[in-house]
Amino acid sequence: MQHRTALLTALTLVLGLGATVGVAQAPAMKKGLKIAFLPKQVNNPYFTTAWKGGQSALKEIAAVGKQVGPSDAGASSQVSYINTLLSQRQNVIVLSASDQNALVPYLKRAMQQGVKVVTYDSDVAAGGRNVFVSQASTDTIARDEVKLIAKQIGGEGEIAILSATPNATNQNAWIAIMQDELKKPEYAKIKLVKIAYGNDDDQKSFQETQGLLQAYPNLKGIISPTTVGISAAARYLSTSPYKGKVQLTGLGTPNQMRQFVKDGTVQAFALWNPEDLGYLAAYTAGALASGQISGKEGEKFRAGKLGERTIGKGGVVTLGPLTVFDKSNIDKFNF
Amino acid sequence: MTTPPARTPRVNLGWEAMVIGLLVLALLIGSRLNDAFFTAANLSNLTANLVEVALMALTMTLVVIAAEIDLSIASTLGMCSALLGVLWAAQVPMPLAILATLALGALAGLLNGVLVTRLGLPSLAVTIGTLALYRGLAYALLGDRAVADFPPLWTNLGFGVVPGTQIPIPIVAFVVLAVIVAVALHATPFGRSLYAIGASELAARFSGLRVERVKLTLFVLSGLMSAFAAVVYTFRFSSARADNAVGFELSVIAAVLLGGVSIFGGRGSVIGVIAAVFLIGVINNALTLADVPNEILTIVTGLLLILSVLGPNVAARVRAGSERRRAAAGVKGETT
Repeated sequence: MQHRTALLTALTLVLGLGATVGVAQAPAMKKGLKIAFLPKQVNNPYFTTAWKGGQSALKEIAAVGKQVGPSDAGASSQVSYINTLLSQRQNVIVLSASDQNALVPYLKRAMQQGVKVVTYDSDVAAGGRNVFVSQASTDTIARDEVKLIAKQIGGEGEIAILSATPNATNQNAWIAIMQDELKKPEYAKIKLVKIAYGNDDDQKSFQETQGLLQAYPNLKGIISPTTVGISAAARYLSTSPYKGKVQLTGLGTPNQMRQFVKDGTVQAFALWNPEDLGYLAAYTAGALASGQISGKEGEKFRAGKLGERTIGKGGVVTLGPLTVFDKSNIDKFNF
Repeated sequence: MTTPPARTPRVNLGWEAMVIGLLVLALLIGSRLNDAFFTAANLSNLTANLVEVALMALTMTLVVIAAEIDLSIASTLGMCSALLGVLWAAQVPMPLAILATLALGALAGLLNGVLVTRLGLPSLAVTIGTLALYRGLAYALLGDRAVADFPPLWTNLGFGVVPGTQIPIPIVAFVVLAVIVAVALHATPFGRSLYAIGASELAARFSGLRVERVKLTLFVLSGLMSAFAAVVYTFRFSSARADNAVGFELSVIAAVLLGGVSIFGGRGSVIGVIAAVFLIGVINNALTLADVPNEILTIVTGLLLILSVLGPNVAARVRAGSERRRAAAGVKGETT
């Protein structure tokens, strides 16, 4: 990490110099922008970590930031927050959408009134935002998860998926690609028997895991592509006779999963760095509100320590590849 | 016991005046907390946001005054929203789909009503059962899909405002229905029969009221209103999903109780409930604008609910206590 940090700092300096000397046409980052983060749910460790990254970026660009949001992940709960942020005349709303469609008319109205909209973590349908900051491509996440579980169960047996809510945009996109990936000949001996939904609720996820193991006695592995789901599942497995026999992987945070990796319940899991995701989202918000970018493909902007980023097809900025965490490296991370 | 007053007031005017007073206070505090509060756009959003709860609170008022309860309303909403989505996805013309949705709501209410009145089961137990049943059916209908491609012509009815004003269109429907329900409750024999049944079902029965038929009607109306709320919700968010409006029944019951309707039946008014719906809405909106975290909002709503159940209770005891003391002081020796 030390080396990487040093390297990044150097890189930032170089890029910074380059930007000031070379590309002077791009308008400077405006100061005092009002940027509000609206996650699916507050008090969720994942979004708290993303917000930590967001805060440090907002500090760097001298913006006035805050995070607001509902305590339940219901679809309509975010609407009143969008309206409120509109009334407060925020410059940018940085949103992780709990419903792909329900928020769009409200976001459109916000954009008509001059508010910029950045989505991160979970996108909305077309026309509802300016830029989407994607954690990693949907493809990478889904295929890496399948690869991890296949390796852990020795390439054959029954597996299940423990997802969040049945309507979560990102979850469903990943699951669709996982199902597609499993059709490949190298995974022919793996059978996906069930997709369970823990609603991103710790207790429900715990019970769903219990249910899966009772309903499918031959289950070899579980993929849980949600931080709430995987830690609840790990907690159940670690005290059950299935510990070490049923493999668990998915998307989790090192702090939540540390004890389960150390006690042998979980071999390896993956995630992007949510702190960096929040950081990139905040920079994207600043760049949008300062007029450096508008959301068109090919536009470039500088995102502090993450360097120069280019907007891809469909107005998407991608953070990068996944990090795999296991016994050997988990202690190097703290989020 | 002291001699009760000649006639217990059906409408608890003191309580309702207090709720309306609190509403005015909340509006004043809200505008002091944040400049953005008292703007047409914000008030428009505020009212649009509580329309489904407000609609369902109207029929819930009737049900609770008759000393019953309907916990299945939010699940009925979810099931009806799912049906509307399925029918639209199957290219059924919208007016027909809406009619079918309303019919399903009425049917859901009818089932509740039949179980309560014909089998004599307590409505609390019946509607906890149908709360789970209807939500389950919603998932059976729509699964994890969401139907979102509703035509703008219809979603504008849910999302839009009356041209030239900031009044949300669904609120117009709410005002019309509120007037109808208020008149029906406070100025018709049907309305009076609800108070009679709520105050004493036995007495109502002996006075020749068709208690079962009245209650059945109430549950059907409750289901029908939930279906209407489902149509509004689906268009307002342009999203038909099986998990629409999860937990709304609690907001509705909270508003009804805070509005001065007695949980034991026999007492309450429409105006009190409407004031309570808006009071909760205004508090939530004002605190959100002031960046008060959601957890605090939940705590405030919870305390309000406790207050609303506790308040009339304490008031009644204080009154009874002082009357007892007066009686004891006045006529010594007479049993109290």
